[in-house]
Formats: sequence, structure tokens, C-alpha cells
Amino acid sequence: MAHAHAHHDDHDHHGPDKGIMRWIKTTNHKDLGTLYLFFAFTMFFIGGLMSLVIRAELFQPGLQFVHPEFFNQMTTMHALVMIFGGVMPGFVGLANWMVPMMIGASDLALPRVNNWGFWILPFAFSLLLSTLFLAGGAPAGGWTMYPPLVLQTGDAFPFLIFAVHLMGISSITGAINVVVTILNMRAPGMTLLKMPLFVWTWLITAYLLIAVMPVLAGAVTMLLTDKYFATSFFTASGGGDPVMFQHIFWFFGHPEVYIMILPAFGIVSTIIPTFARKRLFGYDSMVYATASIAFLSFIVWAHHMFTVGMPLSGELFFMFATMLIAVPTGVKVFNWVATMWKGSMTFETPMLFALAFVFLFTIGGFSGLMLALTPVDFQYHDTYFVVAHFHYVLVPGAVFSIIAAVYYWIPKWTGHMYSEFWGKTHFWLSAIFINVTFFPQHFSGLAGMQRRVPDYAVQFTDLNVWSSVGAFVFFFAQFIFIFNMLASCFGWGKRASEKLPDRVWEGATGLEWTVPSPAPYHTFEEPPTVGDDGEPVTGAARPAAAH
Amino acid sequence: MKLHKVLAMLAVLASGLFHAAGAWAYTETSGGWNLPTGATAIAQEVYDLHMMMFWVCTVIGILVFGVMIISIVKHRKSLGAKPASFHESTTVEIIWTTVPFIILIAVAIPAAGTLIRMEDTRDADLTVKVTGYQWKWEYEYLGEDVRYFSTLAAESNAARQLGSGIDVNTVENYLVDVDNPLVLPVGKKVRFLITSNDVIHAWWVSELAVKKDAIPGYINETWARIDKPGVYRGVCAELCGRDHGFMPIVVEAKSEAEYAAWLESQRGGETATVDEAAAPAPVEVAAAAETVTDAATEAPAELDKAALMAAGEKVYGANCVACHQASGQGIPPNFPSLVGSTVVQGDAAGQITQILKGKGLMPPFPQLSDADIAAVVTYTRNSWGNDSGLAQAADVAALR
Ligand code: HEM
Ligand SMILES: [Cu+2]
Repeated sequence: MAHAHAHHDDHDHHGPDKGIMRWIKTTNHKDLGTLYLFFAFTMFFIGGLMSLVIRAELFQPGLQFVHPEFFNQMTTMHALVMIFGGVMPGFVGLANWMVPMMIGASDLALPRVNNWGFWILPFAFSLLLSTLFLAGGAPAGGWTMYPPLVLQTGDAFPFLIFAVHLMGISSITGAINVVVTILNMRAPGMTLLKMPLFVWTWLITAYLLIAVMPVLAGAVTMLLTDKYFATSFFTASGGGDPVMFQHIFWFFGHPEVYIMILPAFGIVSTIIPTFARKRLFGYDSMVYATASIAFLSFIVWAHHMFTVGMPLSGELFFMFATMLIAVPTGVKVFNWVATMWKGSMTFETPMLFALAFVFLFTIGGFSGLMLALTPVDFQYHDTYFVVAHFHYVLVPGAVFSIIAAVYYWIPKWTGHMYSEFWGKTHFWLSAIFINVTFFPQHFSGLAGMQRRVPDYAVQFTDLNVWSSVGAFVFFFAQFIFIFNMLASCFGWGKRASEKLPDRVWEGATGLEWTVPSPAPYHTFEEPPTVGDDGEPVTGAARPAAAH
Repeated sequence: MKLHKVLAMLAVLASGLFHAAGAWAYTETSGGWNLPTGATAIAQEVYDLHMMMFWVCTVIGILVFGVMIISIVKHRKSLGAKPASFHESTTVEIIWTTVPFIILIAVAIPAAGTLIRMEDTRDADLTVKVTGYQWKWEYEYLGEDVRYFSTLAAESNAARQLGSGIDVNTVENYLVDVDNPLVLPVGKKVRFLITSNDVIHAWWVSELAVKKDAIPGYINETWARIDKPGVYRGVCAELCGRDHGFMPIVVEAKSEAEYAAWLESQRGGETATVDEAAAPAPVEVAAAAETVTDAATEAPAELDKAALMAAGEKVYGANCVACHQASGQGIPPNFPSLVGSTVVQGDAAGQITQILKGKGLMPPFPQLSDADIAAVVTYTRNSWGNDSGLAQAADVAALR
């Protein structure tokens, strides 16, 4: 089965093409993984600059730098760029690199689709970012694009809609590729319940993507026809219903936030056992918990819109369903903690980021639990408390997990070690200043500061000063990361010159550690056979790992 | 750095923080860094629920993080820890699925109770209709013939302009002050009907534990019974365009007698007025409003250019400056310049119609009185080097 797909590539057994055409034409999962990650980091950087515009304006009360309209453009674009350009392509890049290597496949199932899926993205984001230079500026209605406000967008409007469509197409092709690969191309012996958790979480994420991206596409298409073709799906004056947009949007939007966190669960479940030198606690319940979270994500969307005035029964239902999500999420956190318990831990950079993930994601989970209480959510909703909540799950959650994954696997990708010293410096600066940025926002939100405002009452000044200082230091600390990764890619520095073993980390398990470092351009042309523990029974040396 | 120096620095930092916390007299029952305890029974319940969930999370957090920290400190390879081999336990996993479940049920029950009480808008003593506009609120006391607009206070509005040169710290209640507050009686169940005229807004007053979206085509309901007299401040909480940050809400709760007197003084009053921005207190504003509208409905008075210009400048400052800017130059291309504009230099009727009906991104302003519109038209036609004649209230009345 797996074998049939192994010889898809015209230039099998050769190395990559030379020059720029290698990257444009490539169908190799490793090249595309690299491209995706490169793209994601560029977008993180652009979105990060936008957040600095926001934070600079909010450093002091009063308007100092930008007009309110431009401020709204910055919040909107920051969010769209970070979500669709940063986090999602970042995870797709990791899936490209790792899923085939973790299941013993030679490549993804649909390599040419993969190439297209990637190259759509630069076009989508050129469209989106070009609106900054249009007369009338970029979209300014929030990433949630609620009508009627978003229909007031000027020339940028069709650009926004088409960019969203293109991102959606890219996501769906990527997701289909992941599903087909995982279901068809696993090494003999690798049953579903022996797959690494990163593969599991991506399989579930891919289904979420396939289920909800078309919903988003539908919703924004209806916006488009409302604006240009005289329909009134969402225009009250024409008999439409603006609240219906919110229901449709959040039916996409809530699973979307899990799309941005489930692969992170997989990453952390891979890294913690490695550095605790102990098998992941409760593998099966991790899988079931992930699946339950994914299922529940479809029935809680309205908790983003309690204030629109739903019937009481609706509010009660969405409150109870939302609270339920805390149970499987709790199971995951408890399992990670139990994995560390009585382990033999070391604290290399990927582990530090993974541990910070567990701490800070849990804090984000706690504020989420508070938000689930509908009567109190009325007070939190659309305040900085929510901004703090979702940034705790997005930055030390999703983004930290991507960073952890890159540190963890980059020696395998490049064959060179990164600098542990700079890695740790990067970690401590990031971990401290992300809290300086977002922790105070819990308080400003509770005390009454609403979100998406360019200016605020003076009593919020101190907290905003902290937030802004934190954001700037956090942003600049990321340059350490960039240099460290370049050092690993190009073999700069003393450590980089050491020859790495196949199994870079002492406690690492999984098929990706049975191939040489750096991983050859084509891996697993002959599928390995996997034993009961998910490790190969043939081929490369078995690990010295402890289980 | 020596340890005691670090500690001393931390102490200074901490005292700075507490100082800042103390300086947070947001409003009557402000909790500083926390939700306010509130001015209604429901707000108190909401506060209690919030604190209960906070403590539940704190306790769980201490347990989970405690175990994690013990592992991190003790079970490390550098201390010679050998990894154990356990990797599952059905019993443990069942326990840590069911215990959180039970805790959640325990929290959900009181939360559901509060929610049910919050949504019970029956048997109200009075009803106020709240309408959101880009970017102001309209309050209508149903059955009382009282209706007026509430916009950001003039001092805040001046100070918040980009490059205003005004130190916002010197402005009292910067951004949380309005020209005409919503006045309510204490001890009465007030029902709010909330809707919008253009985009979605949200009417939020934390101390009343009220936040509901104002949605065009919908009428949402909520209610509050305020316990003690006082001033309660809130803001619009749904992104509603460029001036979303500048549409505050101020609720003044008065004793029943004072409220009745206030209501009487308002009766029959119309909206914004020529003298509005200059008027020192809301009551007098309303009185002024009465005279102006009366005049307008009977026989609109002809005003001279100086009077129109003076009045027009205020109306402009309250309604137009956000987009067209104090300099009249707008923020092209969305908000066009009025300097030498064809509309402003053309027939006055065209300009009046555009103000009444709106156009593109510009909202309609039918709520302004004839006198106000005449004044602001005159103002724009004779400022910044424009010179295109006067408009009178009668002209506006004819076009309405
Ligand atoms: C250090 C990094 C970051 C900083 C300093 C930052 C800062 C901000 C700020 C100040 C806002 C405006 C909040 C408001 O007024 O509503 C915002 C909004 C937002 N951010 Fe970030 N952010 C960061 C990273 C991220 C990342 C990585 C993501 C996504 C993966 C993200 C997603 C969002 C979203 C979805 C919004 C809401 C935008 C909206 O209201 O439409 N942010 N961010
Ligand atoms: Cu608003």
C-alpha cells in the first residue's frame, strides 16, 4: 500500500534541482516544509510589526502616532496575518516536514497539490497586504469581519474576501494531503493507535480544516454579494440578519481556534517524553481527549457571541457545552504533568519552551474557564481580559509550540546543532516578556478597558505601559531565534561543526530519529516495519531510550 | 547584583504598582484591578461568581503547577533521577476526568441561576430605549416624551484628537465622560431596549452588570435595578468603526424625587441643540433645547452670520470633526476635505440633503435640529477660506 506511492517523483534518487527553480517547482515534502516555515516566520515578523504599531499607540493615553482608522487597520491585519499567515502555515510546515518521516512514508500523498497549496499563499498575502497601499487603506473591521461594519470597507473589501478564499483553498489542499497520507501511507505495523501524537493531532486538525474552511468561504462570499450584488443576507434594512453572520462565522471560528492549538498538543506530547526520558502518560486518553475537544469545538461557537441576545435556553446550552471542554483539556494537562513525574528530566531549549507551554497555556485555559460562565462573560466579553486570554493560548500556546518544535527538529533537518546558550537566552527573554505583555491585560480588562480601541481612560496607563514594554522586548528577542536558526542551517559556530548522531536527543523515540541527520532528501524509499512500541523492527539501531 | 539590591528594587516596583492600584478611582464601586462589585444585586452576584471561579482556578493551578515544579526540581537527570516506567493508570485517569466534571457542575448551577435572573426582564417600572449610532448613543424614555443624544464630552473630544497638544491627564474623566448622561431612578427596575441605527455597537456598564449588543434590525432587552445613587461609567464594547473608542456611556442614578424633577424638566425636549456644547449642566442643556425646538417648530428664527458661525462651530466640533477634522481637510480619500469641496461650494440644498440623508461612509444626521444643521452648514461654507453664503433653519425645514 505505502509502496505504491513511493515513486511519485520524476527525479527520484537524485538530489534536488539547483537554483531558484528547485524551490518553485519542488514537490518534496521537506522543501515545502522549509518554504512553509520560512513563509510563516516572515508573516510573524510582519504581523509582529503591526502589533508594535498598536502597542506604541497604546503606550500612553491620548493619540500620539496614528489615526483611529489606521489603528483599526493594524488590529485587523495583525490578526489576519498572524492567524492565516503565521500560525497555520507554521503548523503546516511542521506537518510537511514531520508527518511523512514519523509514519515512515517517502513523501506526502499528493506532492503536486502540495506545491500548489504552498504557492497560493504568497499570492493571497500579497493581495491582503497590498490593501495597506490602497486608497482608503486596509480592512479595519476586525478579523471577525462582522457586517454591517465590514461592508463599510472601501476598495480593500474584494481583496480581503479573495485573500480569505485563497488561504482557505491552501488550507484545504494541505489538509486533504495530510489525511490521505496518514490514512494510506503508514509503515507496515503502524496501526492508528501506534501513531505518534503529533500525527494524531494533525489528522484531527486536518478534518477540522476540511469541515470549516468552506463555511468561512461561504460566509465571506455572502458578504461579497451583499456588498456588490444587492443581496441582503446580513443587511437588516433589506430583510437580512447581521447575527446570522456571527453564527456562521463562529461555526468556523471556534474550530479554527482548535486548529491553532491541536497540533501544539501533539508537539508538546512529543517533546516532554523525550526530555523526561519517560513514555508519554496515558497515550490512549490523549487521543480520545483530542478527539473529544475537536468534537466539542463544533457545538460551542455561540460562546463568542453571548451578548447578541440569544434565548435563555441557547445561552444555557452553550455555557454547559463550553464548560465541558475543560474536562478533556484538563486530562491533557494532567497527562503531561504525570509524564514529567518521576522522569529524568533535562532542560534543553525545546523542553523549556514545552514546559512554558504547559504553564502558560494552562493559565490561558483558566481564563477560558472563567469566560465560559455566561453571566460573567457578559462582563469580560470584548475587553482586554479576552485579549489576554486568547494571547495566552496563541502566543505561549501555539507560537511557543512552533518554536519548541523548530528547536527540537532542526538538528535533524540541517544536521547542525543550534546554540544552546542563545536558545536559552531566547527562551528566558520570551517567557518573561510575554507575561509582562499579556498578564497585566487581565487586569485592565476587568477594570473596564474595552478591546480594539486606540486610546483609553488614564487610569489604565500603568498596565498599558507594562504591556507595551513587554511587547517590544518580546519582539526584539525573536531576532536571537532567527540568528540561532540560521546558525544551524549554515553550520555557524563551534557546536554546529560537531557531527550529530541519528538520534539527536537521548530520549527521543520515533521513526524520524532512525534516519541520518541531516535527513536525506528522500527518506524511507523502503518503508520500515514498525513493532508494538511504534519503533522500527528493521533497519536503524534501536534507541537506548527508557521504556 | 547583590540579592538585597534585587529585593530592594522589587520592593520599589511593587510599591509603585500598589500606588498605581490605589490611584484607580474609576467610579463608585470600582475594584481597582478587578471587576467592580457593582451597584445592583445582579452585579454583586456576577462579582461573586467571578471570584468563585477565580479561586477554583487558583486552587487547581496551585496543585497542578505544584506537582510540575516538584518534578522539575527533583526529578532531574542532573540529580541522578532514574525514569520510572509507568505510563498509564486507568484509575488515575478516571479520577481526573470525573473530579473536574463534578467541580464544573458545582459552578454551573449557581451560574445558571444568575443567568436566569439576568434574563428576566418582566415587570419593569420604566423602559429606556438605547440606540447606537456611529458614534453616539440615543436615549428615549418610552412613554415619557423624553429623548436625547449622548456624545463624548467636549473636553475629551478636543484632547483625543491626534496631535491635539492637550495633556489628557489634565482632562477630568478623560474618554469616560459625556455631554448628556443617562439619568435613572434608584430602586426601580429599569428595562433597556437596545438597538442600533447603523452598525453593531454594545452598551456596556460594568457596575450594572449590563452588556448587550446594539444590532440594527434587532431589539435586545436587558435590565438593571440600581441600589445607590451615583455616577456609573461604561463604554461601547463592540468594534463599530473609527471612533469606537470614543463613545462612552454615563449613567447617573438619582433618588426618585430628583429623577422625577429631572424628567419633568426634560419633557417635550428634542435632541442636540445650538448651545449644547457650551451648556454647563445637562439640565440646562435640555432647557435650552426646548426653547430652540419650540422656536424651530413655530417660525424658524432668522439668525445672523455671527450667530450661525458660533453655533455651527460647536455642532461641527461635536458631530463632524472626527472625520472631516478641525482643519476641514478630512482624511482623504475616505473622509473628503471640505476646503473648496464641490458640495460645500455648490447649492446649500445639496449640502443640507447630504447631512440629512448621509452618503457613503457619512452617516445621516436627521437627529440634529433644523437650527443646528443650518448653523453647521453656514459654518462649513464660511470657514477655512470657503465663502459660499448662509443657510437658515427654514431652508432645512423645507428639505426635511
Ligand atoms: C507578542 C506578540 C503579540 C502582541 C504584542 C500582540 C498584540 C495585540 C494587540 C495589542 C491586539 C489588539 C487587541 C485589541 O484591541 O483587540 C491584538 C489583537 C489580536 N491578536 Fe495579537 N499580538 C501578538 C501576537 C499574536 C499572535 C501570535 C496571534 C495569533 C496567532 C495574535 C492574534 C490576535 C488576534 C486574533 C487579535 C484580535 C484582533 C481583532 O480584534 O480583530 N496575536 N494583538
Ligand atoms: Cu459603538
